[in-house]
Amino acid sequence: MAAWQRSSASNGTPAPVLSVRNLEVRYFTRAGTVQAVRDVSFDLHAGESIALIGESGCGKTTLGLALLRLLPKGARIVDGEIRYRRRNGQVIDVLQLDQEEIRRFRWQECAMVFQGALNALNPVLRVWDQMLDTARAHAALSRDEVRERSERLLRMVQLEPERVLNAYPHELSGGMRQRVMIAMSLLLDPQIIIYDEPTTALDILTQRAIIEVLRSLRDQLDFSMLFISHDLPLAAELADRVATMYAGKIIEVGDVREIFYNPRHPYTLGLIKAVPPIVGELYDISSIPGTPPNLIEPPSGCSFHPRCPYARERCAREVPPLYEVGSLHTSACHYWQEVKLERQVVETGD
Amino acid sequence: MTEPLIALDHVSMVFKARRGGVKAVDDVSLSLEAGEVLCLVGESGSGKTTTGKIVAGLLKPTSGSVRFRGQDIWQMDKARFKAYRRAVQIVHQDPYASLNPIHTVFTILATPLQRHGMVRGRAEAVRRVLELLETVDLTPPESFLFKYPHQLSGGQRQRVSIARALTVNPELIVADEATSMVDVSIRVSLLNTLQRLRDELGVGFLFITHDLAIAKYFAWHGRVAVMYLGRVVEFSPTPALINDPQHPYTRALLAAIPEPDPDLTRRKGKLQLRSLDIPSLLHIPPGCSFHPRCPLFEAGLCDVQRPDLVPIDEKRLVACHVVARERTGTIAKHAASPVGISSDPVIGADLGEYGKESS
Repeated sequence: MAAWQRSSASNGTPAPVLSVRNLEVRYFTRAGTVQAVRDVSFDLHAGESIALIGESGCGKTTLGLALLRLLPKGARIVDGEIRYRRRNGQVIDVLQLDQEEIRRFRWQECAMVFQGALNALNPVLRVWDQMLDTARAHAALSRDEVRERSERLLRMVQLEPERVLNAYPHELSGGMRQRVMIAMSLLLDPQIIIYDEPTTALDILTQRAIIEVLRSLRDQLDFSMLFISHDLPLAAELADRVATMYAGKIIEVGDVREIFYNPRHPYTLGLIKAVPPIVGELYDISSIPGTPPNLIEPPSGCSFHPRCPYARERCAREVPPLYEVGSLHTSACHYWQEVKLERQVVETGD
Repeated sequence: MTEPLIALDHVSMVFKARRGGVKAVDDVSLSLEAGEVLCLVGESGSGKTTTGKIVAGLLKPTSGSVRFRGQDIWQMDKARFKAYRRAVQIVHQDPYASLNPIHTVFTILATPLQRHGMVRGRAEAVRRVLELLETVDLTPPESFLFKYPHQLSGGQRQRVSIARALTVNPELIVADEATSMVDVSIRVSLLNTLQRLRDELGVGFLFITHDLAIAKYFAWHGRVAVMYLGRVVEFSPTPALINDPQHPYTRALLAAIPEPDPDLTRRKGKLQLRSLDIPSLLHIPPGCSFHPRCPLFEAGLCDVQRPDLVPIDEKRLVACHVVARERTGTIAKHAASPVGISSDPVIGADLGEYGKESS
């Protein structure tokens, strides 16, 4: 069974691996308090892959960092819960862990590959030394165990262990470094991996190779994936479910096919219409008017209302809840019933 | 035959490096008519930016010639060269780096107007700057006049860069990844603005991008040149390139590209390449530079003879021995180029006629 077909099975499992409830993250800056993540709730099930999509500044990276409590100085989780279920069934509250516990939680339970992973490797250390450092910082493993795991994982991401382990990062191409990072993220066999923009800044053929690697890893190993991206095609490739973020909130969640073929939030619809397919005819393409809002003072009511073609007076007043709009599909739009994706062919190729 | 606006003729560019020369652009011939849109598509290191800089006269090629309305730009007298530099403007990729942070939008736009004697006096400069801001959809224009770059969003900055290029009424804009640094929702409106400039002002575009989607939506009525390791490997009208690619590299790109459609994109098969790694520009493979990765590779041919860019039908040019043989019955080797491009520059210049829509 291909990895992306697992969605229905995993949606049925009762206890999620990760359960986020009403999470609120703020940046306290001189200009004011930035409401980077607002009332975010979602579940990630075992073996599932969720794509968190949205444009720059929508809070998606902040959300990823908050899950691992890696927020920079000046940012704080002010409210909410992050519940994590260990492999033995024990449920812990990530926000209550002490420094030592959170260190073990990171990488052993939940690993993150940061945006710009190409620069995440230390340029003066060989790949092997970095593998060893990472493993030892987060778990008690012997040198031989780390070696054995590193070699196995590097082979799984289609790299030659002998060559790569002895190499310095600059001796590897961008795609190879990204695959090293992916192998490293799996080193301690975590249940969850967060990938922040895993294919950004890579060439098309390299992107395809990374996608193939991530797919085959999900077929062979048992982990859940949360990936953060502004890139819709990547979500179409790798996600079981997609969550759209706008102005710090999750505004639509659904099965990947639901989101792409039947989006029910005007913002998701706008994103999809701005990124039409490449192969085939020339479709109409449109932009979303206006610019993303300032998160120090987000718009009243629905934050998208100043840019929304469906907006009415009620939208400026009333914050829309996540309405049930289909099977396991929710949308935070008062007028979701009116939102419909229609694609027009402008010209054929002949 | 009228002279094309810009013609590159067997242009190569070698950069000196510590470990020998890096051939960033290798024997590229291209031409652009006034008002035409040509997309240069390629991955990092393919030489597309260098080619753009050569077209804009910012780099002097190490060999080959660049002609503007038939005249070699590097043989021009000062006045002519200045006129050419006015006619061809470049918009850079990074709107955060290409605008001087200590100047206001007004200064950024008024300086070239005054420098090139396009306006007299401050009042006229203000009027023209307001007009330009309106042209690039920065409205109301008055509110942008005295803003500094840091007060603008990425998309707005890029619009200022475009307005700056328009100050001198160019005939051709070289847009180097001009839309790649802005968010998707903004990108489309930026593309629409550029498209309007093309339609209303008749400005031609050399559009440089790594993104085939941008090429498709901006240059549907134009042509695309696909570059790989410094060479043009396929040159074709856009619809044909997107839906019926010929060169194995172009085919691999289109087969690999993720689509924003789960069913469509998950039907894509595994990469059919013999190697994933792009060779270094310091060690470009002999023969066809794509041969170490190419699924159509034939030993003794592709690793020995370099394929020329030859016509395979009335509209398209492809640099591949195997494709050329299948389509025309002859191989695209250098010595025997029966249909296409000889190294004679006069014949080579006709290259610009290929790949155009016959309509």
